[in-house]
Amino acid sequence: MATDSHSLRSALGRARGLGSAKEGTNHWWLQRVTAIALVPLTMWLVASIVALSGFGHGAFVVWFGRPLNATLMILFLGVGFHHAQLGMQVVIEDYVSHHGWRTTLNLLVKFACYGLATLSIVSILTIAFGA
Amino acid sequence: MAEFTLPKNSKVKKGTAHPKSEGATNTRTFSIYRYDPDSEGNPQLDTYEVDMDTCGPMVLDALLKIKDEMDATLTLRRSCREGICGSCAMNIDGRNTLACLKPIDECKKDVKVYPLPHLPVVKDLVPDVNHIYAQLTSIEPWMKADTAPPPNGERKQSPEERAELDGLWECILCFCCTTSCPSYWWNGDRYLGPAVLLQAARWINDSRDEATGERLDQLEDPFRLYRCHTIMNCTNACPKGLNPAKAIADIKTKMVERLG
Repeated sequence: MATDSHSLRSALGRARGLGSAKEGTNHWWLQRVTAIALVPLTMWLVASIVALSGFGHGAFVVWFGRPLNATLMILFLGVGFHHAQLGMQVVIEDYVSHHGWRTTLNLLVKFACYGLATLSIVSILTIAFGA
Repeated sequence: MAEFTLPKNSKVKKGTAHPKSEGATNTRTFSIYRYDPDSEGNPQLDTYEVDMDTCGPMVLDALLKIKDEMDATLTLRRSCREGICGSCAMNIDGRNTLACLKPIDECKKDVKVYPLPHLPVVKDLVPDVNHIYAQLTSIEPWMKADTAPPPNGERKQSPEERAELDGLWECILCFCCTTSCPSYWWNGDRYLGPAVLLQAARWINDSRDEATGERLDQLEDPFRLYRCHTIMNCTNACPKGLNPAKAIADIKTKMVERLG
């Protein structure tokens, strides 16, 4: 437990700190909602890959061109990367106590997750629209 | 970063061995964490050979026998010796529990006794719990109501409403749960920990209290409440058989419920 032994601030003052952030519920709830959404999406993806295995690159391109497949794939990637970002944020907040490092790492994870999500979604759309 | 190893001056060294008294045949070894803030030295693990034929059944009985007959400098908190005051909470045989409720027979051969984990140590088995008490004060654990009480002074509750407080009011604030929680170890400065959150739930669930929303507002915070990851060490540790993890889950459910 980190406490500043040189501070003369009262124990109650330290415990109250900067007060309640008035947020956190949305993060906690979305982490659960995305986890549940990923269950059917992952099962669909695994089943699809198994069904398509052995048919080669062309078969995958045609498969991605179908609107339902492209939609579900975009949902899988969007929900998956969002879930990854929410989960990584929890891990960083748990173990990185230095405020500067915590903020920096959280921002880097957000940039990486949302950047990769956008890139993969654009890739799906490119295949789907046959550009 | 979270601290995974003890700082250099907190590493526990081998201590003094206190042999059994003459003529004792039935003995148990107690290895006890000793730390004296007035000396420059590291904490050490002293061993005591206790004569079980003249000792009571609980770990607290052995600790008091050691203090009375073998080493008067051993320092510990105790009061009621029947699991209602919460003073003698410590880490026995690797688990946080009350020394007065822990039978020596249930311990491994060599009984290891440490103070509650991850708190500053005042002396020997006495940890500094000021911060946890301050956190308890911060959730304002008292009845808050704007409605004046009825003329006879008693705010009424149906038996069903009263039943909502069962499993919450019994907490004796020994902090076995809070100090068993890894989330509290890493972020105890801001995370309130299971004992304090169970107390918060005790007032949130009280039908007579009128500050439920205000209490939830104060808890809605990534650190104060949401460091709980349902690890369940709290429920495992509670010497009163309470379920702080469930109390915290109830608070989270209410947080979601008021969103829509």
